[in-house]
Amino acid sequence: MTNIPIKRSGFRVSRRWLPYVLSLPALLTCIGILIPFLTAATYSLQRYRLSQPANRRWNWGENYLNFFTDASFWNTLKVSVTYAVATVGIELLLGLGIALLLQKRGRVNNFVSIMLLMPLMTAPALAALMWKLMTNPGFGILSYFANALGIQDFNWASDPQTAMFTVVLVDVWVYTPFIMILLLAGLRSLPPQPFEAAALDGVPRLFVFWRITLPMLTPYLLTATLFRMIESIQQFDIIYAMTQGGPGDRLTVFQVEAYLNFFQSTNVGRSAALMMILWAITYFLSSVFIKNWLRLRERARGDV
Amino acid sequence: MYEKEKGLVNAFMRGTMSRRSLIKGLGSLGVSAATAGMLVNMATTKAMAADFDWMKFKGTSLKLLLNKHPYADAMIANIENFKALTGMEVTYDIFPEDVYFDKVTAALSSGSTEYDAFMSGAYMTWTYGPAGWIDDLNEYIKDPAKTNPLYAFDDFLPGVIKSCAWNGVAGGALGSDDAKQWCIPLAYEQNNMTYNKRIFDANGLKVPTNIDELLDTAKAAKAVMNGGYGVGVRGSRSWATIHPGFLSGYANFDQKDLNVGADGKLTAAMNTDVSKEYHKKWISMIQDSGAPDWSTHTWYQVGTDVGAGKSAMMFDADILGYFMNGDGNAEAGHLAFSGFAANPAATAPTPNIWIWAMAMSSFSANKDATWYFLQWVTGAEHDLFGAREMNLVNPARASVWADGAFRDKMTKSYAGYVEMHDASAPGASIKFTAQPLFFDLTTEWAATLQKMVAKEMPVDEGLDMLAESVNSQLADADL
Repeated sequence: MTNIPIKRSGFRVSRRWLPYVLSLPALLTCIGILIPFLTAATYSLQRYRLSQPANRRWNWGENYLNFFTDASFWNTLKVSVTYAVATVGIELLLGLGIALLLQKRGRVNNFVSIMLLMPLMTAPALAALMWKLMTNPGFGILSYFANALGIQDFNWASDPQTAMFTVVLVDVWVYTPFIMILLLAGLRSLPPQPFEAAALDGVPRLFVFWRITLPMLTPYLLTATLFRMIESIQQFDIIYAMTQGGPGDRLTVFQVEAYLNFFQSTNVGRSAALMMILWAITYFLSSVFIKNWLRLRERARGDV
Repeated sequence: MYEKEKGLVNAFMRGTMSRRSLIKGLGSLGVSAATAGMLVNMATTKAMAADFDWMKFKGTSLKLLLNKHPYADAMIANIENFKALTGMEVTYDIFPEDVYFDKVTAALSSGSTEYDAFMSGAYMTWTYGPAGWIDDLNEYIKDPAKTNPLYAFDDFLPGVIKSCAWNGVAGGALGSDDAKQWCIPLAYEQNNMTYNKRIFDANGLKVPTNIDELLDTAKAAKAVMNGGYGVGVRGSRSWATIHPGFLSGYANFDQKDLNVGADGKLTAAMNTDVSKEYHKKWISMIQDSGAPDWSTHTWYQVGTDVGAGKSAMMFDADILGYFMNGDGNAEAGHLAFSGFAANPAATAPTPNIWIWAMAMSSFSANKDATWYFLQWVTGAEHDLFGAREMNLVNPARASVWADGAFRDKMTKSYAGYVEMHDASAPGASIKFTAQPLFFDLTTEWAATLQKMVAKEMPVDEGLDMLAESVNSQLADADL
């Protein structure tokens, strides 16, 4: 048998450099995130409006200080928090309810749980346009049903009294399946022993739910809440597609306000400061949730 | 080309035959009107080459950023003639209007050299110009070495071309002697009355001629609309709600958005007594006879509703009515047009206008060649081609409005359009005060209107609050 020399590739990395090369993609990603972040942080400390280049200068924290006396900022904060709390709260309740209904494995339950994922496949902006058509007072199917139920002149997103309700409804339609599927996975992965023991002892179902199911499901609930809360406080597409932040200032959430500030008013400084506040809120929420999640995990280990 | 057709076109080029006679003659030889138009356009393109060195930048490539619009369609339909005339290559990116201006802002603010020229609204140049993103085109227009002697800059309708020129000083008059020509119009829109003649005739409704009649007619129309509504106007939370019908009527009462002080400082002017009275009538009109979901209505909903017979009339862009009167709309052929002077004491309408114009990127690497394209696309020949053969309506040049064939086309299918335009054009211009906070202040104005229509805030108090907020923002911006 002849020895065929093995041809090695010309590109070789020494052992010393290998860890750096392997971590390069992650490093580049971090740089790709940090550059815009630091740029935004810099802009937020400037008086910077593209239409007034001569007036550009450092004003340090003035953009942030102005927020304290800016009624529209406090309105934005209020609207964003209301939206996030309402959507996540309702989605958690509905998602948990549906997950409990579908908990038992079976052909019908599996089929329904897959079908219920359909809204998640719809881009939120498209879902918003679809709902906008369905709620059109002239030809919208939902307006027709509202009329049929005797609710006259219900103007959905175009009425300040019902605008928040309408966009929350769309959000709930789109994102409840996300919570449902997460909680369903959690419910189905719970160990059966405590439930079997409770059944043998004849413990009432409500008691089982409050004392066994819910505590064991809490890590999943926290995870779902964290993901949805972060996404919800950053809401843009549904609201912008349906009302552009109106009527009046009813739905001017952070992202809508920041978008209009930058792309329409070219007020880069204020827009960047708004985004930095949103980043701080997101960071705070993540920290709280992750801290609690870790605490629960520690407790679970301690119990073992 | 056959000899007879060639003879006719040559006669036209020698000036011994009118354009209308030429097309009629070609028609009798079996050449369709559209083809005849194209033949004439090709011949005139050749004639343009005789007076100016159009081939100077042969081989240069230009790239355009365009909005998906009939005006862009007209440009694209004729672009081969430009390529043949100049030997230049032209490519373009085209985006729907929803994202178009975001794309423009992103491209310009990043200093991208990708695009040489782009479509712009005149209002947008109030940002792009001071930001240093676009060139003052006077530098080219006034240079005989760079501009075709047949360009006829004076042919542009005065109110339209002046609206594209601003000196960059907040509050500076549009079209002042020291103004910079930030863009040149392709075509423009006046805001006037488009009404459904079928519905009006069937119900004995009279076309309103002032704001009080408009309120009454809209109310009467709603009563007979069977689920529809009386009058369409825009209502979304956007600057675009203020600029069409609303501001056109407002300006007719000699009302302004801002006052310019002797020291050049700007102050809010929308809380005068006359303004408050006008606002009350406008709001009452929407509450009584407007669309139930008015606060989400953009131009699209306003237009499609009148085209579908959901509303009896609209006070919006005339060209929106023009397009809604075309094939594919339930009310095609039923829409008619009328000039509208909101103030009973006014002698003529004073429509605020929207202009689609062409601007040159300051980051272009081929500015002189780009100017060749700009002067061609805004020239009388392309304007005439677009107006006659395509939908470049309203043309921005007086010579095109004087063209018999174009007027015949409009008169034949668009009842009252030419008369409406003739009556309104002298008073048609941008009525806003040019200043860098334009989009901030008008969006807030729209949000205030929404609150008033929803009865969340009384008109008097709301306008005082708006004025206070406007003044505070102007002061913060050193304006």
